[in-house]
Amino acid sequence: MKTLKFFLIISLSIGSFQLKSEEKNDEFKNRILKNIRCLICQGQSVYDSESDFASSIKLIVNKMIDDGMSEDQVYKFLREKYGDWVIYEPELNKNTYILWLLPLLLFMIGGAIMIKKLNFKN
Amino acid sequence: MKNKLKLIIIFVSLIFCFIIFYKGLDKSNTYTPKTNIEKSLPTFKAKDFSLNTYVNSENIFSEENYYIVNIWASWCVPCRKEHPLLMELNKNQSIKLIGLNYKDNLSNAKKFINELGNPYGQILIDKDGTLAVEFGAYGVPESFLIDKNKKIIKKIIGPINKEIIEEIKLIIK
Repeated sequence: MKTLKFFLIISLSIGSFQLKSEEKNDEFKNRILKNIRCLICQGQSVYDSESDFASSIKLIVNKMIDDGMSEDQVYKFLREKYGDWVIYEPELNKNTYILWLLPLLLFMIGGAIMIKKLNFKN
Repeated sequence: MKNKLKLIIIFVSLIFCFIIFYKGLDKSNTYTPKTNIEKSLPTFKAKDFSLNTYVNSENIFSEENYYIVNIWASWCVPCRKEHPLLMELNKNQSIKLIGLNYKDNLSNAKKFINELGNPYGQILIDKDGTLAVEFGAYGVPESFLIDKNKKIIKKIIGPINKEIIEEIKLIIK
């Protein structure tokens, strides 16, 4: 009876562990799919879309992740096929420096102005 | 002096915003893929339509020839429209047509070919659309012109028309 209980606990914990890792894997895949733009439907991600294009991309992404590829490798593959537009989050490169750095620069200028004003008041 | 500087900064910022928004007005918010591209041919393995065996891309594009990879399906109405033009293009000896049957029912696809003729040197089956993604396609019909160096040199989105046929003939001349 004790051995039966032991095996039952072991098999249940293995089962729940597998379920959790599958859930994590699905979450990971969904996060990637939400960051891929559906190119034939306006304003929808591949995750949200039911189009033929989106379903093919979903299959490809699933396969790539199951084959052990990283998130960056998936994005790189899709960028090669469809260009930067296909990924929602733009990559930091010479074309997107302004896009990434301008908010930071404006934030710093704003901060500097505030500090200066506060110091002036004090 | 300080006020002048402030005014200049405000003016420059406004001009900057104006340019950004003005440029944005001209830009389409729909995806317009580049058609004159130069990309390497993807390597893949696909099922042959008539033989039902798997073939490698190296064997498909083995001849030193121009190739057109045409993505088609029996359910696609524009494909029916472009088919006679593909039949005409097939008469040209310096180009070989490869068909990519996209997400189709095999018997319907065979009916389509029997009814309208077969312009393709070889037809490959793309049951789940993943092969089309390898080419960077996003819909059907779509065609890719491949040069003798096995580079994709042109992407044709939508059905092929007479002007495109003339353009292709000029390239492969």
